[in-house]
Amino acid sequence: MNDNKVMIDIQNVSKWYDKFQVLTDCTTQIRQGEVVVVCGPSGSGKSTLIKTVNGLEAFQQGNIMVDGISIKDPKTNLNLLRSRVGMVFQHFELFPHLTITENLTIAQIKVLGRSEAEAKKKGLAYLDRVGLSAQADKFPAQLSGGQQQRVAIARALSMDPIAMLFDEPTSALDPEMITEVLDVMVGLAKEGMTMMCVTHEMGFARQVANRVIFMDQGKIVEDCTKDEFFNTQRGERAQQFLDKILH
Amino acid sequence: MNYSWNWSVLWQSTGVGDSTYLQWVLVGLGWLLVIALVAWSIAMVLGSILGIMRTLPNKTARAIGTGYVTIFRNIPLLIQLFIWFYVVPNFLPSVIRDWWINDLGANTTALISASVGLGLFTAARVCEQVRTGIEALPVGQVNAGYAMGFSTAQLYRYVILPQSFRTILPPLSSELTNCVKNTSVASLVGVAEIISQMKTISEYTQNTIEIYTIVTVIFIVINVCLISAMTLLEKRLYVPGLIAGGK
Amino acid sequence: MEWLSAFLNDLQLSGPALWHGFSITLKVVCIATVGGILIGTILALMRLSSIKVLNWIAQGYVNLFRSIPLLLVLMWFYFAVPFIYTAVTGNYLTIDTALVSSIVAFMLFEAAYFSEIVRAGIQSIPRGQSAAASALGMSYGQSMRLIILPQAFRKMTPLLLQQTIILFQDSTMVYAIGLLDFFRTNYVRGDLMSLLTQYILFAGLVYFTISLLATYAVKKLQRRLHV
Repeated sequence: MNDNKVMIDIQNVSKWYDKFQVLTDCTTQIRQGEVVVVCGPSGSGKSTLIKTVNGLEAFQQGNIMVDGISIKDPKTNLNLLRSRVGMVFQHFELFPHLTITENLTIAQIKVLGRSEAEAKKKGLAYLDRVGLSAQADKFPAQLSGGQQQRVAIARALSMDPIAMLFDEPTSALDPEMITEVLDVMVGLAKEGMTMMCVTHEMGFARQVANRVIFMDQGKIVEDCTKDEFFNTQRGERAQQFLDKILH
Repeated sequence: MNYSWNWSVLWQSTGVGDSTYLQWVLVGLGWLLVIALVAWSIAMVLGSILGIMRTLPNKTARAIGTGYVTIFRNIPLLIQLFIWFYVVPNFLPSVIRDWWINDLGANTTALISASVGLGLFTAARVCEQVRTGIEALPVGQVNAGYAMGFSTAQLYRYVILPQSFRTILPPLSSELTNCVKNTSVASLVGVAEIISQMKTISEYTQNTIEIYTIVTVIFIVINVCLISAMTLLEKRLYVPGLIAGGK
Repeated sequence: MEWLSAFLNDLQLSGPALWHGFSITLKVVCIATVGGILIGTILALMRLSSIKVLNWIAQGYVNLFRSIPLLLVLMWFYFAVPFIYTAVTGNYLTIDTALVSSIVAFMLFEAAYFSEIVRAGIQSIPRGQSAAASALGMSYGQSMRLIILPQAFRKMTPLLLQQTIILFQDSTMVYAIGLLDFFRTNYVRGDLMSLLTQYILFAGLVYFTISLLATYAVKKLQRRLHV
């Protein structure tokens, strides 16, 4: 595990909104096949950090390398880079004016240049993988939250990403739908996908995470293996957080 | 009451050749539709471009859009038409000016000034509708589009605009009816459209109430047709879950 | 520039007439606004009332005035006001027909638009408010006057002001019936002295400046009212 190549390399990243510093000197690496969970209280900057990885949020200091390609390099084709990294959002963000199938195929066709037949085949295969083949011709508004999120995961997977970013994927779901989404994510992890997940679901972390990162007030405070995080004494803030979350 | 009623006034002969007043009304109606069509086409194309420009990250684009709207929304329509008809021809290069004054008939120059003037005026209003529609889109949709690797142009084309235009169909249809109503102002720069004809007929025949009523009914009918057409369009573009829906 | 200095010289002579024209514009706009809001409020209450007949009348009124051009309305009243006056009293109207008919026309026309704003404003007040007023024993009239309308108007003020700015710009249409408002005065003078281009541009500049300042003021008001 530790010898695999580094997929996401975050180097001393700092970010300010005007005078307010939201990220302070964040450094960590995520290797191929690793599943890293990022947690922390709200306002800790974890959503901001994950959005810097695919360039949705800019940052003023530091650098991020994705599969060896630097985000800050002006010569980098950012769109191409983004197409290789999948992202799943808290509010699903399916395109409501397109059918499920069209949601799955549109970026494959327009960004990756695949043919419609090829894109459909791949998209529908992943749709089947998340258990929603029957919904292929429906519109997003006709699906439940849990179903929409699973489609969103399938949409990201259809691009054959080298890594997947999850930004609080279950936070907007009703409790009874959380399991169906987590099951899909667990399945992905077990297959060896490189994953960076911002989440409160500690059960998921305990099940499949390799490492846990704890953030507080824009800084990475803890960055250790799953076992270390849950079973040994960590710093005061992390302990407080764990106590609250695990009850 | 010294008023001689004559509801068949339209079928009377005008005394000019073989024509009846009905033909004059139809000619006026025809010019109304021509002006409305030309003006609305200009307004939709220019207005959409300006509306998009006001939402782009580029400062210059935004400034141009804002400047245009500021100018064209704060000068009354009548004055704008007068400027196009009386003022602008004086500043044209002499070759074009001579052609304009000598070769084009009075009705044609008035027609062109009125159509262009109304088009540019309405474009400012369409621009604001388009801008509002784009800004109403949740930022998550923009993020999701970028995350999949779409370029800005692709983002507008496949994600933002299809949704925005559906959202603004209702206010856009009221802009269309406004545009049609505003063609009446063209009569004040000398176009022989329906209001103009109405004035002339009432002067000739003194059957003011009848002819005014007929023209009023014509406008009501036009309005009803436009609203029905727009409702039909909304129904055809209906997507479950989006605001604009034919219910 | 000869072009400009000729205009500025003439401006000194036409100044008083232009001021008079401007006062006519102000008269029309102010009276039409106040009257329009009053009538518009009544129409809005009729639209929201549970008496079906009132609904239809108000709905019909609003739909009618929103489907025909302002110019047509102006022309109707320019004809109708003296006509009805003569039919009713048998005398001929001696006062300024153009001024009276345009004020009446604008008032009734804008009332349709004001009524939509007022209606939306009233409907935006949560139902709980009128329920609370009823629970305290207030009549419909009291709850409207003391509770609902004051809140609604606070919300609607920016929109009502914006509609007034639109009215201000629309007031130029009285050109069609010969009323010497600010714009027509400019036009007539310009045409007379062969300074038409300058006067039209000048009028445009004045309307532009006033509209711009007024819009800016309304935006600031909107921010202060936290609407």
